[in-house]
Amino acid sequence: MESLNVLLIFRKEIMYKPIIYRIARDFNIEFNVLEAKIFPKQEGRIILELKGTKAEIQDTLNYFETEGVEARKLSDQIRKDDNICVHCGACTAVCRVDALYIDRETMRVLFDSEKCVACGLCMKACPVNAISGAVIDMEA
Amino acid sequence: MSNFEIKKSYEEINSKIKSGKAVVVTAAEMPEIVKKSGVKEAFKKVDVVTTGTFGVMCSSGAFLNFGHTKPKIRATKVWLNDVEAYSGIAAVDCYIGATQVRRNDPLNGVHPGAFRYGGGHVIEDLIAGKTINLRAESYGTDCYPLKYFSKNLTIHDLRDATLFNPRNAYQNYNSAINTTKKVIYTYMGILRPEMANATYSSAGQLSPLLNDPYYWTIGPGTKIFLGGAVGSVAWNGTQHSPDTERDENGIVTGGAGTISVIGNMKDMSTKYIRGASITGYGTSLMVGIGIPIPIINEEMAFFTGLTDHDIKVPLIDYGADYPEGRDNILRHYTYAEMKSGYISYGNKKIPTSPLSSYPKALEISLKLKDWIESGFTVGVPQLQIPTAKR
Repeated sequence: MESLNVLLIFRKEIMYKPIIYRIARDFNIEFNVLEAKIFPKQEGRIILELKGTKAEIQDTLNYFETEGVEARKLSDQIRKDDNICVHCGACTAVCRVDALYIDRETMRVLFDSEKCVACGLCMKACPVNAISGAVIDMEA
Repeated sequence: MSNFEIKKSYEEINSKIKSGKAVVVTAAEMPEIVKKSGVKEAFKKVDVVTTGTFGVMCSSGAFLNFGHTKPKIRATKVWLNDVEAYSGIAAVDCYIGATQVRRNDPLNGVHPGAFRYGGGHVIEDLIAGKTINLRAESYGTDCYPLKYFSKNLTIHDLRDATLFNPRNAYQNYNSAINTTKKVIYTYMGILRPEMANATYSSAGQLSPLLNDPYYWTIGPGTKIFLGGAVGSVAWNGTQHSPDTERDENGIVTGGAGTISVIGNMKDMSTKYIRGASITGYGTSLMVGIGIPIPIINEEMAFFTGLTDHDIKVPLIDYGADYPEGRDNILRHYTYAEMKSGYISYGNKKIPTSPLSSYPKALEISLKLKDWIESGFTVGVPQLQIPTAKR
């Protein structure tokens, strides 16, 4: 069983079309809605955790593509800019999945993007604005 | 007053520095030397121990003089990038404080506010050499007729830019926890409900005033590393409280001594001075400070040889006690425990996070070591700041 967190973007042409229900029925995916938002007349956004075999997840991603749904892996969403980061550690206080963690030897703050669920709390916690990325909200 | 003897004089240490013979180590290296050779030998061997700290330090700001305008203005109100600077000082002098927020900032209107830009950011932008908008208003006088002035300028256009922080480098500090059922947004970071996490904010064994617990070598006249430039200690800081409880080693077990520091902003670097936005709280300034500690006697070798295992930090409830002004300490931990990533409270294992950057503190202590090895002498404090009995 694999697990993948994705941000799905439904452009306005397809935002009211039923698509998600099929991934459970046709692709045997166990999904969990982590967050969802509708921006009226623009687009719909949903963060899903997909659970299934590697093949089932891949088939699901292909299916999204044929339906015109943009699927972004959450691990590619959040970025920590090491030129800005001062390694204070404030972000590690709120990261529940330990994607942001401290190397105890050097006390430097490291980021493991694979673990990230793009909750965005680190962006609130960072005092120097070193963390950026799209969460559920549309880019300004 | 605490009595101490100078067994190795400032003159002796400085002449060694000048001839390149001084032995300089960081406060992270000193414990190993003391452990290996003992306090007596360490005192003989080591001349200077360098310290460092980097973190959010409220009570920071800068005096700016923007030069006389033509025609002249006697400013009564000044804004820099829409952040108000206090200008009731003189015609074209003002003080930009780190925690002053931008005009029309929504503040905590929608809690928690983001506080994206404030005085701390103005200071960072100036040091970065960025263009800043300065706006001044006045009522006009016979000698200063101008009533309104606006100009885009950089730090190079300012006549003077002096960082002057009334309270920095806290000697020890609290660690914070939240016992309530709601997440709280504090200057000690985001604290999750029901003691889900704890934060702390000190460089611990590297922290300047923890290495000179009675301030024998730190006072007005002490030359320091401030924001990447040479600065100096101006006075004791505001809220300086040397009478805080001390442990058997003489080390304070909570926030105690502070210093006020001063330096030329034009020589500083954004590597060591940064504006800070603290969600739900406000803006501030991150300051990098390094202080050389001359090892004038055996006791100083002992103090600088202490480690995070020896320094205690009080755990305070920022959900209930702190906001109400109740001085209640849940219990003490060592910085070594804090730095391990977890503390135990009752039967709860609580993750800990720092707010003060240890990597930056270490970098500063190494930089200061470089300076001294290249001839930067140790300043002689001209006054004893208030201290406690040893």
